[in-house]
Amino acid sequence: MKRLLALLVALAVPAAAQDTLPPAPYAYRQLDDPKLEAKAEALMETLRCLTCQSQSIADSDASMAGDMRSEIRTRIAAGEKPEHIRQWLIGRYGDYISYQPRVTRVTWPLFAIPIALLLIGLAIVGRRLRRRA
Amino acid sequence: MKGVRWSLWVLAAFFALLGLFALQLSRPKDDTVQSTMIGQPMPQFALPAAIAQRPGLTSSDLADGTPHLLNVFASWCIPCAAEAPQLAELERQGAPIVAVAVRDRPEELAAFFARYGNPFSRIGADNVRTVQLLIGSSGVPETFVVDGKGVIRHQHIGEIRPEDVPDLMARLQEARG
Repeated sequence: MKRLLALLVALAVPAAAQDTLPPAPYAYRQLDDPKLEAKAEALMETLRCLTCQSQSIADSDASMAGDMRSEIRTRIAAGEKPEHIRQWLIGRYGDYISYQPRVTRVTWPLFAIPIALLLIGLAIVGRRLRRRA
Repeated sequence: MKGVRWSLWVLAAFFALLGLFALQLSRPKDDTVQSTMIGQPMPQFALPAAIAQRPGLTSSDLADGTPHLLNVFASWCIPCAAEAPQLAELERQGAPIVAVAVRDRPEELAAFFARYGNPFSRIGADNVRTVQLLIGSSGVPETFVVDGKGVIRHQHIGEIRPEDVPDLMARLQEARG
């Protein structure tokens, strides 16, 4: 009984912390032009939902994700480039909002280390082969 | 001899990595997403009034020469109710507070204010989170310090606790200078 009560409480709190307004115009409605919709979709899949942090906004039913989808579809319909919208969001929330990896001052070792390791490996193999010959 | 030196280097690198892991694991997890708009001027916006008793909010209201606290809140948000006494205290200490109500209805806001009081001089209705996205806010409640020129100076994420009140007053004072 106690466990059931705890479960109910756990379920009740998030349900209460929801707004009751209808979703934004383009939160759940696709754009009429399939080409534009595909562009919007591709962008939405690479943007992080801020209130449910391991999902993309394309995957999330959080109302914030819905509002972001609507904003993105409206901008794409108005002719804005997806990368421009991504930069606009990064300008407000930082790199964290984008799932697309970028080479920056902090992330460059992630790209450099595999190349360096490959070069070291090749050098070791090369030396061994030469020694044997 | 050379082989020994190599393996020492590898061992050192291994322990360095271990040390890095230990350091990162000992740090508390931080899920908050900070706005990168701190130090930037408030983007232009104009929100209609969220309730009949208070005017709406535009970006020019925030650049009227006096620093403001901008509270991003909602009547459906539980921590927003928890921070109400602290907002009342900030208002009592003379802080001008304006608000953005996120996805809210006038009747629900009225009930919220009847219960917790209304410390806001202006309340804009942000029904599709336009302003939230503009200022890099990722949830409710959040409180921004905006100086008299309309530049965003500070972001407080989450509810204002009693111990945060002096800090926010100090930052407001700082924004005056």
